[in-house]
Amino acid sequence: MLEWRRRREPSRAMLYLSPLIAIALTMVTGAMVFTAMGYDGLTAVFDFFLVPFLEPHRWPDLGVKAAPLVMIALGLAIGFRANVWNIGAEGQYIMGAIAGTGVALATYEMSGWWILPAMALAGILGGMAWAAIPALLRVRLQVSEILTSLMLTYVAVQALYYLVRGPWKDPDGFNFPQTRMFTADQTLPVIIPETLVHLGIPLALLIAVIAWLVIEKTTAGYAVKVVGLAPAAARHGGFSAERTTWVTMLIGGGLAGLAGIFEAAGPFSQLTPQFPVGYGFTAIIVAFLGRLHPLGIVLGGVVLAATYVGGEIAQTTVRLPQAATGMFQAMLLFFLLATDVLVRYRIAFRARPAKVLP
Amino acid sequence: MNSVILVSIIMTLVAASTPILLAALGELVVEKSGVLNLGVEGMMLTGAVAGFAVAFSTGSVALGLVASVIAGIATAMIFAVLTLSLTANQVATGLALTIFGVGASSLIGAGFVGRTIDRLGPLFPEVLASHPWLRALFGHDIIVYLSLALVLGVSVFLRRTRAGLILRAVGENDASAHAIGYPVIGIRYAAIAFGGALAGLGGAYFSLALTPMWADRLTAGRGWIALALVVFSAWKPGRLLLGAYLFGAVMTFELQAKAAGITWLAPEVLAMAPYLATILVLTMMSLGRKTGRLDAPACLGKPFSVS
Amino acid sequence: MSSIITRRTLVAGAAAASTLPLLGRSAFAQAPLGVGFIYVGPVGDHGWSWTHDQGRKALEKQYGDKIKTSFIENVAEGPDAARALRQLAQAGNQLIFATSFGFMNPTIQVAKQFPKLKFEHATGYQRAENVATYNARFYEGRAVIGTIAGHMSKSGQAGYIASFPIPEVVMGINAFTLAARKVNPNFKTKVIWASTWYDPAKEADAAKALIDQGADVITQHTDSPAALQAAEQRGVFAFGQASDMSAFAPKAHLSAIVDDWSGYYIKRVKDVMDGSWKSGDVWGGIKDGFVKLAPFNAAVTPAARAAAEEVQKGIVAGTLHPFTGELKDQKGVLRLKSGETASDEMLSKMDWYVEGVQA
Repeated sequence: MLEWRRRREPSRAMLYLSPLIAIALTMVTGAMVFTAMGYDGLTAVFDFFLVPFLEPHRWPDLGVKAAPLVMIALGLAIGFRANVWNIGAEGQYIMGAIAGTGVALATYEMSGWWILPAMALAGILGGMAWAAIPALLRVRLQVSEILTSLMLTYVAVQALYYLVRGPWKDPDGFNFPQTRMFTADQTLPVIIPETLVHLGIPLALLIAVIAWLVIEKTTAGYAVKVVGLAPAAARHGGFSAERTTWVTMLIGGGLAGLAGIFEAAGPFSQLTPQFPVGYGFTAIIVAFLGRLHPLGIVLGGVVLAATYVGGEIAQTTVRLPQAATGMFQAMLLFFLLATDVLVRYRIAFRARPAKVLP
Repeated sequence: MNSVILVSIIMTLVAASTPILLAALGELVVEKSGVLNLGVEGMMLTGAVAGFAVAFSTGSVALGLVASVIAGIATAMIFAVLTLSLTANQVATGLALTIFGVGASSLIGAGFVGRTIDRLGPLFPEVLASHPWLRALFGHDIIVYLSLALVLGVSVFLRRTRAGLILRAVGENDASAHAIGYPVIGIRYAAIAFGGALAGLGGAYFSLALTPMWADRLTAGRGWIALALVVFSAWKPGRLLLGAYLFGAVMTFELQAKAAGITWLAPEVLAMAPYLATILVLTMMSLGRKTGRLDAPACLGKPFSVS
Repeated sequence: MSSIITRRTLVAGAAAASTLPLLGRSAFAQAPLGVGFIYVGPVGDHGWSWTHDQGRKALEKQYGDKIKTSFIENVAEGPDAARALRQLAQAGNQLIFATSFGFMNPTIQVAKQFPKLKFEHATGYQRAENVATYNARFYEGRAVIGTIAGHMSKSGQAGYIASFPIPEVVMGINAFTLAARKVNPNFKTKVIWASTWYDPAKEADAAKALIDQGADVITQHTDSPAALQAAEQRGVFAFGQASDMSAFAPKAHLSAIVDDWSGYYIKRVKDVMDGSWKSGDVWGGIKDGFVKLAPFNAAVTPAARAAAEEVQKGIVAGTLHPFTGELKDQKGVLRLKSGETASDEMLSKMDWYVEGVQA
């Protein structure tokens, strides 16, 4: 008989191996499924998973797509480790962009180096403010932050629609619902000429390293971990669950807000109704892809970015429909989540029949 | 306003509320068992496409409805295996399930775009619905009546039956339930399957009754509204019914007001109203009771394993 | 990053070069001409993107082996569009169609990086040496169906389900209403802004609300056939949008404004083939075959049919412009003097409504 047995401690080998197993399984299954559907499955898999990495001219695209995902996921992961389930990062991302854009529109006639930092600061504060609502409701009233943060996302989307259709509409924009284009002082500097590679990309990496140092090397990071693992023990140790909720929600909201204004001031250079593309939700997946580890999240962000880039390549080469990109992403996630069990459990043989853990 | 228009508004309202009610009712049972499945939209879409594909191919709407239930359950089982048997994180798995549903339904439905079928008609013969007010009572299709019966059924099940009690116990304290000897995992499998069935049926209500066709992302985000509705209802079937119809009413009256030329209210404000209302209701409820926790099942979203 | 050099070489070297030779793909597009498309929606939307994909299919039918088409669907308007456009550019396409307004900035930006490739942007207003724009005069079609509506409506009220108040949509509403009021001076058009291009259930409910409020003809500027289905169910008339939608509502469907991009696409591909492609702005109407009317329903009365054909003929002959003065807007501002016709610039910035519109 086969059965799952919980490991005494998580397997380090499996921690690193399981994502590779998942990717391999996705490739094999994907090739089979899409061949069965009448597409060139092998080429599809090759284009999807390998070409984005093999062709250096695609790397900037990976960076641009991954940066916001990584930034948001880093903030979320800190919360997830402490059992704080902020799934409304999309709303905080939008609010950050809105707050920063507010600064940009107010300083439209001005110039100076200080404008961009002011926009970034406004972005962080905007995201934090939006995250503070679920934090307050959880701490004071024990309302689940999962649900309130999700609800607030829809409110943020509608606020964005209202602003770009109404008060913030570009006066010279042929009545299309969108803001003015930002000025040079309001856009993120491009650090590699002729690409979209903006300052936000190295910054996302820097934040990842800082997050890693904080979690691994400081007592604050330890607090976050302990509160999540054993709330009772944490209370004895002097870490309050309330404070952890506040801190992690604000960090998550602040980073999402920063990512939002970076996206608005970077690749978009304006706010449009098409601004929200679900990065806040995708980042949750990235956080789990990266096993809630800051450096893992960087890898997870790049892998997920590659699936978008690869999906477009496969559309042009083997005419794989865009829906297949979603299937690949879903399969990858399913396998990753499935193989995660190998980190905590091992498969064992048993002589006599016993109740198999389902 | 004459009664013909009023009844017509009621019919629209009921039809708009029904799919959300179905999906939310399924999710309510899932959450009562302590599981949070954020993949409602994905399950609705696979249900919608399977329902349409079968109804179009066989010419039978009834078979389409059956297919949608099966498709919903099948999609839900992916979630169940991952979260229950392999203890994967429920939030991440639910989100992945929605991505899956969007992609899978689009691939399956590609051949059915631009086709249509005869929509699901009223359950009762025309005679019963001859007068406007009688039409408001007897003019609906079978799914409307089924959804109302299911609300009653789920309510009785959760409050009055032993099985319902066990389901709630599993959601409140899975460790104790397991210690007493209840099959926690098995019960949750059943709850998730039920949730998938109703989400699939809710999706099929779009492709077979409301707008009899298939087009990509046909449900246009209604699954997320269903999730909000469960919270709004404080996990009570009766209040869920109220919430779903209230939501349908807000949507319908918004359109009626616009058609009547009332345009002073920004559409965005109306669009965010249901979500703000949900948060407000949550807040009021917790202010109302100082004892602490809300009615949310205590184990909601937390993984459970035996060993 | 070492990719700077690679990238520059790639861009400057052979603009048409596709993937790196190292991967063993054929890199040169000597024979078949590559033609790429990006769509904002899925081709399965049966609306805007679907009509452009019909155009792409017409290209394949016309030119066979001489061209190779490819497309990327469901591209978000914004940075993702720039990436998708580069992907098409690097994959060896020489002519690339960006088929949504929101692709404007990315198209201009990517076109700068690939000066040897030709780009075509639908519905935009920014052009460059290698970026042309094209659009269709849908308002001409609106004038024809407005004429039919004026004849067929008993209540004198039409319901109009609109997406967003952008000029394109506003001019459609105005053209429809003006034409209907020529037939019935008291005609009214009630508009519901759906605030979405695509939400079938909402579009259907909006149609029902309009019918409840007295409209007996429904038309729409959103993507799905849902409003027609609702009209069919309630026994009122309606018009299809973007394509012939009579299959969805055999009784209600009086006609439809059909978007037909195939003629333009076939011509522009030919231009690239014989080297005569030039940037420019083409705004084609009924005369040019961009806008067509679906066959009229048998229910269309002879009088309505005759009037509609008259309008159509006048537009083709150039003797009739849907926006001809004297024309005042709702606030009483004189927009066109007697005999004056609206300039293209006026149309493309339109943000006012004619009398009879309730928006």
